[in-house]
Amino acid sequence: MKRMINIALPKGRLGERAYKIFEEIGYGCLEVMENSRKLIFENKENGVRYFWAKPSDVAIYVERGAADVGIVGKDILLEGGHDVYELLDLKMGKCRMAVAGPAGKRPDSEKTLRVATKFTQITKEYFEKNGRDIDIIKLNGSIEIAPLLDLSDVIVDIVETGKTLYENNLEPYETIVPISARFVANKAAYRFKRDEINLMVEKISEKIN
Amino acid sequence: MINDITAPLRQDERAVLSLRSLYEQYGYKKYKMSKFENYELYLENKNFLASEKIVTFTDPRGKLLALKPDITLSIVKNAPKEIEGTYKVYYDENVYRAGADGDDNIKEIMQVGIELIGNVDLYSEGEVLTLAARSLKSVSENSIIGISHMGIISALISESGLKGESASKVGKALADKNLSAIKEFCGENAEKLVKLANIYGPLDKTIYQLEEICSSGKCEGAINELEELAKVLVAMGESESFVLDFSVSNDMNYYNGITFQGFIDGIPRHVLSGGRYDALVRKTGLNADAIGFAVYPDILERFNTGERGFDVDVLVVYDRNADAAEVAKAVEKIKSRGKKVCAMPDASNCRPSYKELVRFD
Repeated sequence: MKRMINIALPKGRLGERAYKIFEEIGYGCLEVMENSRKLIFENKENGVRYFWAKPSDVAIYVERGAADVGIVGKDILLEGGHDVYELLDLKMGKCRMAVAGPAGKRPDSEKTLRVATKFTQITKEYFEKNGRDIDIIKLNGSIEIAPLLDLSDVIVDIVETGKTLYENNLEPYETIVPISARFVANKAAYRFKRDEINLMVEKISEKIN
Repeated sequence: MINDITAPLRQDERAVLSLRSLYEQYGYKKYKMSKFENYELYLENKNFLASEKIVTFTDPRGKLLALKPDITLSIVKNAPKEIEGTYKVYYDENVYRAGADGDDNIKEIMQVGIELIGNVDLYSEGEVLTLAARSLKSVSENSIIGISHMGIISALISESGLKGESASKVGKALADKNLSAIKEFCGENAEKLVKLANIYGPLDKTIYQLEEICSSGKCEGAINELEELAKVLVAMGESESFVLDFSVSNDMNYYNGITFQGFIDGIPRHVLSGGRYDALVRKTGLNADAIGFAVYPDILERFNTGERGFDVDVLVVYDRNADAAEVAKAVEKIKSRGKKVCAMPDASNCRPSYKELVRFD
């Protein structure tokens, strides 16, 4: 028996691009891309049910089984340590996690480094590995402003082109890890809907390679 | 009318009762223990524990004690010092953990499981696996147990030339079926581990794939063990319940040999986990092997709860001037129709949820 696959998509450009792939390989569903008040979209014929979620919540929906599979940035997986299968690197939404700070300067290595970031876990692990004593300042947005106002010495954030950094007289210092979108699956759902999920992985993989 | 005395039991409580009766049928004795242990025991075996945060307190003499976060360690510690043959026990206990799922509250978690210590031979392994399969089946027919072998995982990881942190990273990639990470970490040597990650299926149909991957003699014993074990499971009538799956893994410092995790369709995470832990037993100075598993009945709480949404069928509220005898008669009449009923004075603020309201003036 064919079973429905619940798919969590991250709101925004990445999710829209991912949905386009699903549509092209036979998992299309009416209204997903339309601006409606509906929250859940279903196409029984294609065996899929979609919903949009906040990008940082997708992994939680999948880990807890509300979605069988989902599209999520590697940054979220590294930060959250979610217990999910990471079945495919979609090679889209590419960017990197980097340490950045005022252009043409480097922080005093003898002082405790003040780091502003949304990604406290990744930051902690990275500087621990490098044996650097840091003071993490957790912010939820507009990270770039922190070094400008001397709230922090550096920031750890996602850098795509670096344009925002350069415009604010900042520059990337070091890359921590490259980031891209991943296709993840719930570990229990993968066992009970294995054929359906594997077929999906195979089709996506053909499409993107 | 005969009342079903098990009706008030929750799903998880029912599961616990049927598990206990299952284990007793195979001669496992109930292990009873106190709620606390010396903190030292957990400090020495920190990595064995699922959560690092342990709830501690001091006894009147100033000794540091801990509310037990785990049962296996206590059973191993208190096992007979000389075991001929096997020592088989089961437990049904609460454990205490803080910081699980990122929240700092102390949680009381129900755990049921079995431990078999001593001379762990093929029959013993087969029996423990069979009991694991039947534990899940007592809850749902649609269940599956993934089984893997730490000996094979660690042999292939060391063959790939990785050590220390990179070895544990590749172990994590294997557990997440993250093929691109395995390729990234192992480069040219990734092929075997990628193949290992892709193995999934009934034991008798997949073990040959291991023979193709494991060329070095290191895995020979492990593959033989799995082959023989597959035969025992067929004899027990449980071979269908198992799949070979190397995304199932456990801490290599404590677990060696076979390791397994059980899943039930409709529950998002594993509800059973176990394996061989000879290394832990040896560490305590005992000259024995061990295998066991734990079931997490608290996860079953949300499963198949059916129509038990309302607390009672009928709520009877009565005025303070109402005749008590008349109220009693009405309550008994509703109850005689097989309905759950709760009677309360009109002004009560602790009302149960109800389907039907009867007002008694």
